[in-house]
Amino acid sequence: MFLKTALLVLKKDVAIEVKSYEIISTTLFFAVSCVLIFSFAFVKEGEAVNAELVPAGVLWIAVAFAGLLAIGRIFERERYGETMRALLLAPAPRSAIYVGKLLGVVLLLLLTELLLVPMIAFVFHAPLFAWPLPFAGLLVTGTIGFAAIGTMFASMLIRSRAREVMLPILLYPFTIPVLIGGVWGTASLLGEEPSVPVATMWMAILSAYDVVAITLSLWVFEPLMIE
Amino acid sequence: MRKVFLPLLLVTAAMFVYAPIIIARAPFESTMFLLQKIFYFHVPAWMAGSAGITISALGGLWFVFKGDRRADWYAVSGAEVALMFGAMGLATGPMWARKAWGVWWQWDAKLTIALLLFLVFVSYLLLRKYGGPGSDKLSAAVALFGLAMSPFVYYAVDIWRTIHPANTVVPSLGPGMRGAFWFCAVTFLMFCALLVAVRVRLERLRSTLDDLYLAEDE
Repeated sequence: MFLKTALLVLKKDVAIEVKSYEIISTTLFFAVSCVLIFSFAFVKEGEAVNAELVPAGVLWIAVAFAGLLAIGRIFERERYGETMRALLLAPAPRSAIYVGKLLGVVLLLLLTELLLVPMIAFVFHAPLFAWPLPFAGLLVTGTIGFAAIGTMFASMLIRSRAREVMLPILLYPFTIPVLIGGVWGTASLLGEEPSVPVATMWMAILSAYDVVAITLSLWVFEPLMIE
Repeated sequence: MRKVFLPLLLVTAAMFVYAPIIIARAPFESTMFLLQKIFYFHVPAWMAGSAGITISALGGLWFVFKGDRRADWYAVSGAEVALMFGAMGLATGPMWARKAWGVWWQWDAKLTIALLLFLVFVSYLLLRKYGGPGSDKLSAAVALFGLAMSPFVYYAVDIWRTIHPANTVVPSLGPGMRGAFWFCAVTFLMFCALLVAVRVRLERLRSTLDDLYLAEDE
């Protein structure tokens, strides 16, 4: 029942998105322009100024910026159509609605990364595909952590007056640990001496963060979403 | 609280007056000498800050789950007080680090998480001030996440290799220093309680005033 509701919410979001491709196209374009801007600042004579930190940093900053934009738009859509209230009125557990929304955000961000990663590998000559499994693990655990916090705050900010400015103010202090873990984990796979154990350690930290973030969100989502 | 407020205020004031004396009398630490004395401010400031965070998060949870308006007064008061003590901790830390490590700041796990926790409560107050209706409940979630983060500040020295002094410093203090340290810690915690009490009173008066305005309109 719980999972079914969550998947229904996800299916609804995908169905709306597929009609116009508005959020995915704008997010992708924004992420790509982010990388381009950074490439002007951090590429010198065809090489990144730092072979480890620049690709890793640019990747996660682009995810953080594009993710913020995407999360904001996803919930703006719910607010505009006044459909959040309808969702909450549905005879389903509120936490299932949270999980459904979270799945949608994660899916969108992973699609964005699917374009971002090859582009960063290309622009910065970064061997991002040398360790596909640890790298994919970092991406997935980091994205889930970012999306878990973002989904919770964005859904609660729907009714707030200053939500456009409040979302980044709330989201970034809480997700900096994700960015630190993602950047250092990714950087450990690049450079002269790539180290899979270090990347696995960061992946474990990110997973622990995900568990804490999702548990707390599930716990407070229900009482906080009551009008 | 009203009955004990004045005695508590007097005791705390007297303790603050006596604190410099007891700190001056405490023996010098063997490697850092005078520099170590900032420890009597730095650690108690963070202890009081953690107390503020706990008050804020528990008040927020009580407000959200029980719907008691009064708990929200404690939530916002705790957050403001925590931010002030956090600023004290973040100010005294670099002063010590400049002399002990030679740099003002290191991106070490403990320092980084402590700074993040500080930023979380800055965003808490920004949300409170500019968030508009509904932000009182949302801020409870922010405080709860902040509370979840605070053990990581404390245990960072055990989990990661950091250059910040370990938690074992406090129990291993020499006899002369231990008394001075706990004296300062209690003083700061009492100061924290007093500030929260004053701030809660302000919130209560504000809420009474709002009720009176509403009553007049009707």
